[in-house]
Amino acid sequence: MSEAFPPPRFLACGDAAVTIEFGTAIDPEISARVLALDAELNAQKVPGLIETVPTYRSLMVQFDSLIFDYERFQQQVRSVAETLEAAPASGRRWKVPVVYGGTFGIDLDATAERHGLTPAQLIEKHTAPVYRVYMIGFMPGFTYLGGLDPSIATSRRTDPRPMTPAGCISIGGIQALIAGQAMPSGWHILGLTPVRTFMAGREPAFLTAPGDEVVFEPVDAARWDALDRAAAAGELVAELIAS
Amino acid sequence: MTEITIQSAGPATSLQDAGRFGWQRFGVGPAGAMDRLSLALANVLVGNQPAQAAIEFALAGGRLQVSGGSARIALAGAGSVLKIDGRPVTLLTSVTVHDGQTIELASARSGIFFYLAVAGGFAVASTLGSVSLHHRTGIGGLEGRTLRAGDRLPLAMSETSGPEFALPEAPRAQQGPIRVVLGPQDDYFTAAGIATFTNSEYVISEQADRMGMRLSGPVIEHGAKGFNIVSDGIPTGGMQVPGNGLPLILLADRQTTGGYPKIATVISWDLPRLVQCRPGTRLRFAPVERAEAVRIARAADAEFRALIAKLRPAGLAGLDSSELLAVNLVDGVVDARG
Repeated sequence: MSEAFPPPRFLACGDAAVTIEFGTAIDPEISARVLALDAELNAQKVPGLIETVPTYRSLMVQFDSLIFDYERFQQQVRSVAETLEAAPASGRRWKVPVVYGGTFGIDLDATAERHGLTPAQLIEKHTAPVYRVYMIGFMPGFTYLGGLDPSIATSRRTDPRPMTPAGCISIGGIQALIAGQAMPSGWHILGLTPVRTFMAGREPAFLTAPGDEVVFEPVDAARWDALDRAAAAGELVAELIAS
Repeated sequence: MTEITIQSAGPATSLQDAGRFGWQRFGVGPAGAMDRLSLALANVLVGNQPAQAAIEFALAGGRLQVSGGSARIALAGAGSVLKIDGRPVTLLTSVTVHDGQTIELASARSGIFFYLAVAGGFAVASTLGSVSLHHRTGIGGLEGRTLRAGDRLPLAMSETSGPEFALPEAPRAQQGPIRVVLGPQDDYFTAAGIATFTNSEYVISEQADRMGMRLSGPVIEHGAKGFNIVSDGIPTGGMQVPGNGLPLILLADRQTTGGYPKIATVISWDLPRLVQCRPGTRLRFAPVERAEAVRIARAADAEFRALIAKLRPAGLAGLDSSELLAVNLVDGVVDARG
């Protein structure tokens, strides 16, 4: 299987980081290879390595350039990549409650109309897949998901909103997102989750890791206040339905 | 317990150490001191580890009071002036501040960031392994925010001991263009675009803060692949070029990932002098090979260690602060035109 993949590219990021790129597409196989290399490098304890940052299609590795042996590291990565098995899903699957539409999902109706669907049909299409966490990035807890039904892919808004709330469940192009905190956004907001994907001081501080799976569960707006209070008090509110 | 109370401070005053590492995979950027070299210098003057948390001031100074004991402090970074109870204190030295005395820091005369370190550091809880404030997300710092009048910072050490220390000379001022390593996405630009970037002068715009600096200047031409990439990791000093063709240098409080191609990355050794450049500063960028950037970093580190080795008990230098201001740490730093 690994023969099908070209060797990774090393993209220089100054003297203290390098990006190891496995491809240019959003693709489950590429993501799995990124996560496999990530796990392997962190298991090998490379001298001078500070941290690794897995994203959709590449792994950025930051290191202390005063002591890091870059040439040796390149050889190591090439040899690991030759035999790299795509990482299986972590096995953790989270059920995330979402209140769709209305003031919680201000773009639900317009997005449904754009695809010739009723709001209920759009909700159904959005809740049907088992999503995979490809990347957590941008800002704390921003959870980028793969697995969106391509028939509801929606190009981003031409006029980004100056602020959108934490917990936004949105789609942008072929990507789906759980927003970790309030931020400007050009994505289409279908709903809101009370789940805090990141909460400092909570155990665990971060709900998901790349490689986890996520399913969305529509909940009634009447349940929002209770769920939101529980989440604010440090409960996960999301349910671990497989591990 | 010895405390430092903030009586007044500029709006961007915060606790910063060398940064928060290991959490970018969850979207948490490193934060940390903008000028790591000055942070290290302030810390070693008071006998701390170079990476320990200090108070970072940006342009504006402040007024602080020590109570409940004494504190050994030192200042380093952009050209500020330190006074204890109104009396100017020599730079490049640590000084003991006694119970009830007031520390005054003038606004920066040149540069932007300066650091007040305290022997033993602050007894402030860390978040995800660091005290550094990441302002936009409210992670770290004191209660997740900048410092303001009335804040009381408890110190880890209640009394000072041992001699005050001084350095006989400041770190050598750096000059010349800001050096960069091309990539990670230099292949998203035409040869003409790369030439524009490396041959032109860029000016730091008013949109510059701990997150990044927008530059104005000639537009850099993207290639046929356009100006969107599938988001990947952003290193400190990464230079994104969005659709408008103008570079944006991402710094300590940056987002962890981004979808614009990055034409180049500022080498680690040139970051301290870059961040000290104020809006309006003209910059040029000189590409160097990755291996050369590593060599520069190692040579600079050796030079810094040699300087630190000259640390000795204070009172022997005999220089006053006006003489030291003349060799001020950031002279030359603000002129990066090359």
